[in-house]
Amino acid sequence: MPRNATFAQDANLCDVGHSSERSEHKYIAERLSHASMASIVEFQVTIPSDTGEAQAVQERIIEAMEKYEYSPRDLFSVRLALEEALTNSIKHGNGMDPARTVAIECEITPDRMHVAIEDEGDGFNPDDVPDPTAEENLERPCGRGLMLIRTYMSQVRFNDRGNRVILEKERSRPDRD
Amino acid sequence: MGGNRRVEIEEIGDVTVAKFVDKKILDETNIQVIGNQLFGLVDEEGRDKIVLDFENVEYLSSAALGKLITMDKKVKAAKGKLRLCSIKPEIYEVFAITKLNKLFDMKSDREEALVNL
Repeated sequence: MPRNATFAQDANLCDVGHSSERSEHKYIAERLSHASMASIVEFQVTIPSDTGEAQAVQERIIEAMEKYEYSPRDLFSVRLALEEALTNSIKHGNGMDPARTVAIECEITPDRMHVAIEDEGDGFNPDDVPDPTAEENLERPCGRGLMLIRTYMSQVRFNDRGNRVILEKERSRPDRD
Repeated sequence: MGGNRRVEIEEIGDVTVAKFVDKKILDETNIQVIGNQLFGLVDEEGRDKIVLDFENVEYLSSAALGKLITMDKKVKAAKGKLRLCSIKPEIYEVFAITKLNKLFDMKSDREEALVNL
């Protein structure tokens, strides 16, 4: 939507603007104000317990991060963490119950991706999740999602009940050589 | 629709190479289909030398890792051999974080995976 707004603005200004210097200035000013307004993307959405719907939300977040030119590695990290967290909420939190929903609040700036995901389940204690890398658990086909989330995100927090998780990813800065 | 085969199967000598078609192995339904297709190689077709080719794979979730672990168990139970190959560095990292690089026999490419299998 912001993109359309830019196009509309551009078209308008082109129509009026032609050659006058003043309108040229106005054009630049409007572009700047548009840029600063666009430096945050936030939305809230509630979805049913459906992984297809979760994918759509993921894409929306990734799209915003692409707009801010986050690195492929950051995009990889966020995609993976969102996939794991949303799947946990839908499968383990809501038990795939179509009557239960998942609420997602998201805020993306050029420096940071912040998302809160809340399901309608009883919650869980993240400390109770067995270490999937322990020798005796290595062959168990579950328990790795939370570990991947923690590894790839800058910060992960749960509420006391354990049905709401907050994920944050700081933009990674390229190493200077 | 192009059918629901998510893994391409190729026979090279006595080895079965199964190559993932998708870039993203994330979606629950997809993972289920992939799992069933892989397990069928062992349970129904009795194949015992299997290479899984990850060349196309750019994303992989923990649910997909779960299927791979089950596959590894099935092949081991059948006294067969399973190798993974052509894994992109960022995907390899997912295996390394979860220490599954210790569980799986991983090779850099298909040629290497076929040697002495």
